[in-house]
Amino acid sequence: MLSITNICKTFETEEGESILALQNINIEVKDKEFVCIIGPSGCGKTTLLRIIAGLEKPDSGVVTLKNEPILAPGPDRGMVFQEYSLFPWRTVLKNITFSLELKKIPKAERNKIANEYLELVGLEMFADSYPHELSGGMKQRVAIARALVNDPHVLLMDEPFGAVDAQTRNRLQQELLKIWEKEQKIIMFITHSVDEAVFLADRVVVFTARPGKIKEIINIDLPRPRDRTSLEANIVRERLLSSLSSEIAAID
Amino acid sequence: MNINLNSRKRILEISSTISVIILWEITARIINDNIILPRFTVVLINFSELIQGKELYLDILTSLTFFIIGLGAALIIGMPIGIFMGWFKSVDKSIDPVIEMLRPIPPLAWIPFAIIWFGLTKYAAGFVIFVGAVFPILINTYIGFKNTPRVLVESGKVLGCIKNKDIIFRIALPSALPSIAIGIRVGMGVGWMCVVAAELFGVSKYGIGWKIWHWYYLHHMDMVLTYMLILGMIALIIDKLFRHIVQEWWLKWQAGVIV
Repeated sequence: MLSITNICKTFETEEGESILALQNINIEVKDKEFVCIIGPSGCGKTTLLRIIAGLEKPDSGVVTLKNEPILAPGPDRGMVFQEYSLFPWRTVLKNITFSLELKKIPKAERNKIANEYLELVGLEMFADSYPHELSGGMKQRVAIARALVNDPHVLLMDEPFGAVDAQTRNRLQQELLKIWEKEQKIIMFITHSVDEAVFLADRVVVFTARPGKIKEIINIDLPRPRDRTSLEANIVRERLLSSLSSEIAAID
Repeated sequence: MNINLNSRKRILEISSTISVIILWEITARIINDNIILPRFTVVLINFSELIQGKELYLDILTSLTFFIIGLGAALIIGMPIGIFMGWFKSVDKSIDPVIEMLRPIPPLAWIPFAIIWFGLTKYAAGFVIFVGAVFPILINTYIGFKNTPRVLVESGKVLGCIKNKDIIFRIALPSALPSIAIGIRVGMGVGWMCVVAAELFGVSKYGIGWKIWHWYYLHHMDMVLTYMLILGMIALIIDKLFRHIVQEWWLKWQAGVIV
């Protein structure tokens, strides 16, 4: 279980002003749950994910994973970034084996493990390619495989499909659900897209505009596999949109 | 289509080179003074005689020895300083003023101290070349490290690459390699230019640079010109070789032309 308790975070701007980015964030995430976080730009979604990853420290509050407080990055949490984050000097396979090398796992074994995850994301043909030879969607699939190879308890995804075209995006979403069902991880997924949240999530956390607070948490108990165009999906979508639009109006 | 374009480019290159040579030969014949402008044909004959003898190879070997000493020292000293300055802000702040003060001093201005510190040895010549090569290497290493993309460092961290040493060697260094390669290439260019000056003060009776001076004292300007062209040709070969190594092995992972 991942529990986020009373997280607050302020940032200092270069002029010395302090900006409240996150205010009293409380979320309890059950094991194997798929949670989407949605909210206007600059509301602190990414900051929350970075705190869970251990890349940033909260000013107050605590995040615990299986009752252990999170203080630094660790192998129990994998992360897929919004920007392309593969190491360009490593082949696809060697990107995936990176963390295994650090754990000093012998070469034959780490290649075997990496190949399993490459197959999981359907890129076994590209093991020896370099990242610059891949399309945007393929890069993010490799990034997912690279994050999963540590067998983390939580997969943190910061708008991972934001930069790919709509069709690829739909396919990647389906693939991600398949992986999630197979690997049984907690997924925390930031998105700007209501469609994406409705298609993917068990629960959607809606953030307010700055300072980021939780406006509401909406359960989506539609059966899976979901039909994007069903009436039920539309009702949830509308509910989310109206919740969000008042927040976006607050920025403008 | 592509082959056609390439061969057309080749033809253009060759024909322009030949035109320059013809122009040179005609001008030299009109001037008719072997001291002011030696003829191409004379230089060609000199060259063909030189490559049959042993001396040219000793010259090249000597110059390359100085060059390797200077470049080697520049790499050993310039890269670590560049790495530390690029990675640690405090090191950057404390060393940067010193670097900026030393950098504008031309390598040739160091010749007196080169002699005082190293005597008339190959290390004195190497030192002058070192001064020429070290700053481009240092600064490009520095830039490469400073510009390590944050997302790559953070990706490394979440994958378990936490220790500073691991982050430097597994992420920042490979990410900085293209910039370092540029630094080495520029450093080699400047270093090779310093060879002539480094051999000027007579640390050896061989060396391409030394021979330029030697034949100048004897007013054999055709030999001066021959050695000048040899100097240029070797620079070209070194550069081509380096680019080949970089593109085929070192930075194979990069898209497009690198250096």
